[in-house]
Amino acid sequence: MADVKKIATRQGYGEALKELGAVHDNIVVFDADLAGSTQTGMFGKVFPDRHFNCGIAEGNMMAVAAGAASMGMVAFASSFAMFAAGRAYEQVRNSIGYTRLNVKIGASHGGISVGEDGASHQCLEDFALMRSIPGMVVMSPADAVEAKAMVRAAYEHEGPVYMRFGRSPVPVFHDEDSFTFTIGRGEVMRDGTDVAIIANGLLVAEAVEAGKLLEERGISARIINMATIKPLDEEIVLKAAEECGKIVTCEEHSVIGGLGEAVCSLLSEKRPTPVRRIGTNDVFGHSGPAAALLEEFGLCAGNIAGVAEEFAKD
Amino acid sequence: MTANEKKALQINACRVRMGVIESTHAAKAGHPGGSLSSAEVFTYLYFKELNVDPKDPQKWDRDRFVLSKGHCAPGLYAALALREFFPWEDLKTLRHIGSYLQGHPDMKRIPGVDMSTGSLGQGVSAACGMALAAKKQGNPCRVYTLLGDGEIQEGQVWEAMMFAHHYKLDNLCVVIDNNGLQIDGPVDQVMSPYPIADKLKAFGLECVEIDGHDFDALEAAFAQARAVKGTPFAIVMKTTKGKGVGYMENQVGWHGKAPNDEQAEAALKELGAELARLEAM
Repeated sequence: MADVKKIATRQGYGEALKELGAVHDNIVVFDADLAGSTQTGMFGKVFPDRHFNCGIAEGNMMAVAAGAASMGMVAFASSFAMFAAGRAYEQVRNSIGYTRLNVKIGASHGGISVGEDGASHQCLEDFALMRSIPGMVVMSPADAVEAKAMVRAAYEHEGPVYMRFGRSPVPVFHDEDSFTFTIGRGEVMRDGTDVAIIANGLLVAEAVEAGKLLEERGISARIINMATIKPLDEEIVLKAAEECGKIVTCEEHSVIGGLGEAVCSLLSEKRPTPVRRIGTNDVFGHSGPAAALLEEFGLCAGNIAGVAEEFAKD
Repeated sequence: MTANEKKALQINACRVRMGVIESTHAAKAGHPGGSLSSAEVFTYLYFKELNVDPKDPQKWDRDRFVLSKGHCAPGLYAALALREFFPWEDLKTLRHIGSYLQGHPDMKRIPGVDMSTGSLGQGVSAACGMALAAKKQGNPCRVYTLLGDGEIQEGQVWEAMMFAHHYKLDNLCVVIDNNGLQIDGPVDQVMSPYPIADKLKAFGLECVEIDGHDFDALEAAFAQARAVKGTPFAIVMKTTKGKGVGYMENQVGWHGKAPNDEQAEAALKELGAELARLEAM
């Protein structure tokens, strides 16, 4: 994909906010001293009277957003995934989840691809935390086009939403003009019958690459982009289980509590199927360039193909 | 206020206290101490200060009240019932399975409740968000929030104060019930929040300290709150925890414990006598 345009999904978030802000005057955006990084600054530049910096106080920001939402606003609240889902977990749970208020959490810098900042900032637990809150929609887009469509869908959705965006530029493979996004619906990127690889975030592009590598090795892999982790697209997973018989999940997240576990929970109850989960294996990350870290932790096409090949031939 | 107005408020505060005893007794659980110390402010808010309508509890320009110290729900519920947001008899279903009167305020189920609270320190932030949104929307409503003096040990409260001053939320009124006791003991022994008013002033709020059981003082303080422009207003109320029930007054053990049958009977007898005295005035 060397010739493909690369854009970070967080940039899609910022652009979508800016576009939505021009159409809907009930949007307010909160940030916690990271507006330049989360890209909400793009909205703030155009709509300074609807963009509120809360300073480095994420817990307050989440409950402030809830209060604004209770007045009929659609409140977007942003920080790094570590602080939005981690530090402010209980504010999100009680002031946003329990109240079912219209707050959309835009969490950037999720996953190990945060890179040089190291483990303290590499959130690998946000899917698990946010999935555990009743009614919370949890999503992570594969590219900037999907990110923009996701933000628009989140605005239309009534109730709390958590969206995780990435720091690093990733290949844009969706066509902006024709792409449509529906919350809770997976997307088959490539058909196959020997094994199904279900991925989200930047691992979708890697999984598609892995699919090509597997084809060269005589293995037919179905590649699914599962941008919505909750509610999970059960139909697409059960169909893949039925038609491929083996499932590999890939996420830039701990294997505990994320996409892999969501898929396993579904399959163990409705159609027991062998699964291999690719993610971080109950360990913290560390500093380094994003690409090197992804390689080291096996979050890359080569490892996905290797795991899927061995699994398919098993 | 006139003598008759004050008398009516005192009578209502006494009834709120009776509701606190009746509901926590029926629930065999709940928080009577801080509900009783706030009985006057609950009464003043719902019978004098707030622009609310029990027949239209969701009207867009209603004043908002957020009980940041959500565990004092029995006091709030008694005031709401007395103001006829829901039937008084329902107070006896507090904390029961199937009741809408949850242990802590639930905006999704209880008429008149504007924010679900209970986890300390969050209600005041939500109130800030409401006040900010109201300004952006041109909604003339005011936002009121009540905190405990133990609650202000939460760091988030001070994040909220910073926010409220920074965004000049002069439609926000923060009330702190300084009854001096929290679950584990006197607040200054557990983790001193003092000096409270000085801290609030340092954060840029305008602030008065009053006797929270004195309706004249409450009236003056809330009038001042409405007059202040450019920054939020805070009222620090010195109160007595368990006020109005002799054996509960200033007793830390009555923070989160319900009266048994005999205790409830004694409390209602004492409050009944006070009610009769007020009505005879």
